[in-house]
Amino acid sequence: MSQAVATGRTRTQEFSTWRRLRGWIGNPWGKPRFLVVITWTYIVWSIAPVLVAIQFSFNDSRSLTVWHGFTTKWYTSTSPDINSVFHDPALRGALQQSLRLAFFDVLIAVPIGVLLAIGLARWRGRGSGGANFLMLFPLVTPEIVMGVSLLLLFSQLLTIVPFGTWAQVLGHVTFSISYVVVIVRGRLFSIGRSYEEAAADLGASPPVALYRVLLPLLLPAVVASAAIVFAISIDDFVISQWLSNGANTTTVPMTIYNATRATPQPSTDGIATVIMVITLLAVVLGVLVFRFFTRGEHARGSAIDDVAGFGI
Amino acid sequence: MYPRWLWPAFALPGVVWLLILFVLPFYAVVGVAFGSVDPILLTAVPAWNPLDWNFGWVSEVLTGLEPGGIYWDVFIRTVRYVVLSLAGCILIGYPVAYYISRHASRTKSLLLILLVLPFWISYLMRMLAWINLLSPGGYAERFLSATHINDLLYHLGLVSDPNNYLGGESFTVIVALIYGYIPYFILPLYASLDRIDRSHLEAARDLGASPWRAFLHVTLPLSRTGLLGGAVLITLPMFGDYYTPNIVSGAPTTSMIGNQIDLYFHGGPQPTIGAALTILLSAFLVLLMGYYMWVIHRASRDLPA
Repeated sequence: MSQAVATGRTRTQEFSTWRRLRGWIGNPWGKPRFLVVITWTYIVWSIAPVLVAIQFSFNDSRSLTVWHGFTTKWYTSTSPDINSVFHDPALRGALQQSLRLAFFDVLIAVPIGVLLAIGLARWRGRGSGGANFLMLFPLVTPEIVMGVSLLLLFSQLLTIVPFGTWAQVLGHVTFSISYVVVIVRGRLFSIGRSYEEAAADLGASPPVALYRVLLPLLLPAVVASAAIVFAISIDDFVISQWLSNGANTTTVPMTIYNATRATPQPSTDGIATVIMVITLLAVVLGVLVFRFFTRGEHARGSAIDDVAGFGI
Repeated sequence: MYPRWLWPAFALPGVVWLLILFVLPFYAVVGVAFGSVDPILLTAVPAWNPLDWNFGWVSEVLTGLEPGGIYWDVFIRTVRYVVLSLAGCILIGYPVAYYISRHASRTKSLLLILLVLPFWISYLMRMLAWINLLSPGGYAERFLSATHINDLLYHLGLVSDPNNYLGGESFTVIVALIYGYIPYFILPLYASLDRIDRSHLEAARDLGASPWRAFLHVTLPLSRTGLLGGAVLITLPMFGDYYTPNIVSGAPTTSMIGNQIDLYFHGGPQPTIGAALTILLSAFLVLLMGYYMWVIHRASRDLPA
């Protein structure tokens, strides 16, 4: 009797599983379960490899494939046999170079980009259309085309700029400006001009209206664009590579690239992890500051849109 | 309230910067590509005056791009890799973007954060991660062997050596390209799907359309701009990619146009040919971009905002 009950249960289970399966196949868009599987598989696929790379930066052996236990020696060891991230001169140098380029990039690209965004949003006259068009081009130009053209610029025309840090900074700023413009311009359109007009009506002179009214309102976008410029500068490989002058100006992505073409080691995973943590900290800080400055602005968008906006 | 000259003055530094460091460099490429080569030192001798331009190198490269020419194989391979990677991105990306925009409710913010996360992880690190996984003995390599998927891939003809994925397999390069570029595809697509007014769908259902027909005739056309935008956003950089094939394969059998350009500058320096190839690649991409702008223009004319 108990057997009969058991078979009965199995049969209903089978039946419902079959029906569910048919439901998925027959109408994949109506019931989202099929999509849930694809979505979470994609998410795991997109992130798990990076987690494995982080794991092997703590591997107690030179292997990147077989786990031998936990160690932090690839980060902190001072032994000459181990090229640890914080003590090996080449790896330390790469970290410093990446941070140096990102720092100067933010310092130069953000002010120029903010001014350009305000100018382009309000300038109505001869040349404004062309300038708007010009600003969009760096966003869609493949990096190798930009790399080739800047390489030839600095080797054939502007030979006063030496290859290395300064050429790299000039290149980074060139591809960063447009991102700042896009972000700041979005904010400019959403705040409109009424606040400044109100300030003018109350007797503010143009410099006061710009400095005391417009600038504070733009601040969230300025912070967001600074975080994004920092992140894309750190992430950049092509421009840094084409404009470098050898070992002294190697950045972290260049180090990773060179290592993958020879023999990558746990310390390669380690330096990638360090730079990832720095980028994520910068972005989280940017999001927090952005949220702090825009607190109380419920009307437009939500936190989710902010996060999504941070990706573009 | 503001003086008229103020806004052009604001734009001035940025415009000057882009003119000197974005437009002028293109002129440098043109000058080198239409210049000549020093017969003894083999260095590029650029021609800055259009009257002195020498079209020999560009036309030579153009001949190489014709069927049977020396760049023909590389060019076709590049197009094939980009088209297949784009197809992969659409097949994986569309359901994901669709699900997150339409169905995810409680998990939506978590999913969005996870979707944006790869943007903040260096592209090179994400490629390095696959070296860890696909090297002999790596997690993915062991998984594929244990499940006999490697035999399946081999019998389907997708890989030529089922135990060495990093030794010059087109399959690996395409999967790596998909992995590298798909985040940039999904996000604009998600944004356009999320903007779709649900009342359109309800209207379609009320008028008797099946869910599938409603998707086909309402959602899909309304997401066309996002689909195209995402496609352009990843296609243009993929055409200029050289590091992805170098990292996951490194073999000449998987080299793309970008690798060819990279070789002419960093391998044995022949900047004149490299510059000529760069110009032709840019021209090709400008055509692609022009097509995209034309489609977007037509779509915005059809759909009143």
